[in-house]
Amino acid sequence: MTAVQVVFVLLSLVAVVSALLVVTTPHLVHSALWLVVTLGAIAGVFLVLAAEFVAWVQVLIYVGAVVVLLLFALMLTRAPTGPQPDLTVRRWAPAAFVALLVAVLLGATLVAGFQDVRLDLDQAVVGSAEVTGETVFRRWVLPFEVLSVLLLAALVGAIVLSRLRSEDGDD
Amino acid sequence: MSETLETVLRLAGVLVAFLLVPLLVGQVEHKAMAHMQGRVGPMYAGAFHGWAQLVADGVKFVQKEDVVPAAADRMVFKIAPAVALVPYLVAMLVIPIGPGLVGQDLDVGLFFVIAVMGVGVVGSLMGGWSSANKFSLLGGIRVAAQLMAYELPFVLAAASVAMAAGTLSLTGIVEAWNPWWLLWQAIAAVVFFVSGLAEVQRPPFDMPVADAEIVFGPYTEYGGLRFALFILAEYAGIVVLSALTAVLFLGGWRGPFEDQLGWLWTLLKTMAVAFVVIWVRVAYPRLREDQLQRLAWQGLVPLALLQLAITAVGAVMTA
Repeated sequence: MTAVQVVFVLLSLVAVVSALLVVTTPHLVHSALWLVVTLGAIAGVFLVLAAEFVAWVQVLIYVGAVVVLLLFALMLTRAPTGPQPDLTVRRWAPAAFVALLVAVLLGATLVAGFQDVRLDLDQAVVGSAEVTGETVFRRWVLPFEVLSVLLLAALVGAIVLSRLRSEDGDD
Repeated sequence: MSETLETVLRLAGVLVAFLLVPLLVGQVEHKAMAHMQGRVGPMYAGAFHGWAQLVADGVKFVQKEDVVPAAADRMVFKIAPAVALVPYLVAMLVIPIGPGLVGQDLDVGLFFVIAVMGVGVVGSLMGGWSSANKFSLLGGIRVAAQLMAYELPFVLAAASVAMAAGTLSLTGIVEAWNPWWLLWQAIAAVVFFVSGLAEVQRPPFDMPVADAEIVFGPYTEYGGLRFALFILAEYAGIVVLSALTAVLFLGGWRGPFEDQLGWLWTLLKTMAVAFVVIWVRVAYPRLREDQLQRLAWQGLVPLALLQLAITAVGAVMTA
């Protein structure tokens, strides 16, 4: 194994172990913090695969915004220090089953789609912003636009829903 | 071998800058604030105008007992200051102070700095939650709300410069810079600076630590060295913000004799911006929490979007 492969395996191990800790820890906030480790390790994996831009997007969006939002929501609602034994509920078995199913589905898709693709790290094009931009705005522009409409619809929907409730409450 | 040596030298340079410049800014804050308020500030430590005051403070912090509240989540409480501080050290790696004078020149440097700066906030949140103290928790909530409100205009303003320069590389942005950008990117510069102030929680955006309301916010339970690390993170944040503002909007090392004195120009511009950060602290009272949110969503975000439109028109016309 080359040094890059060793780093890749180590980062993957960190990601998997911390992901397991996310779902098994009895501390609610620890779950969110382990998620930081998982997402950071995945960003590292992206870096090793020469997808530099995607790696930093991962850090900016997921660690910098999504996890902060999660922690914000936890602090606003219920986040005692100390373990909460009622976090693990009886539904864990079906949840684990669904998770396994998703993993198999995604894994099969990846293997089917990229089975013969080999990344030559010596000559790999570093996934800079330029390469990513070219791909997204030329080849994949239609899915990109569809996604943006979907996000916009969700955004408008969220605003409408929150306005409805506040009018009921205040007036 | 010489390549390894060069890397080590660059890293050592960044580390020295990381340890020295925040202290310099802290000392300038002591003295500048004092003179603006008609007093002299520290005068005794180190004999000459109290230059060693922060060194004495550091020695004091190290000697203090390391207290962890009984109800606190020990592990999270202990690592929170490191999580708050380290991102700024990493961010300094990619900020260039001269052509080639940079820890590590990244192709997506601007993106990297912004991504990494957002991580530091997780440290404040960890501290706020794990202290098991209602003031800390309230402070933590304010930190999160503030970050979410100001991250958007911050990124949009930075995106405007990237659009104008046509690159995300910090070195490339300085090379593409033109004096008339001072006018073209003026709105972005103001939006970037103001939301950056909010992001490093400096007055008038220091609601998370508002001492008259919630003691010291997320850092209430901290003492000794860990408290000092949080304070150091604040000053390192000022340095990173000032250096970024200088590099993105004020032309970095561009200026007379830039071939010989480029690094000096970057440092001078950075210190000038840092001085404004201190000045603003003395000049403006703290905003209320709702005023803070209104300023971000109704003031800075529309301004940033307007600037993006102006930049787009300019970029198309000059292209």
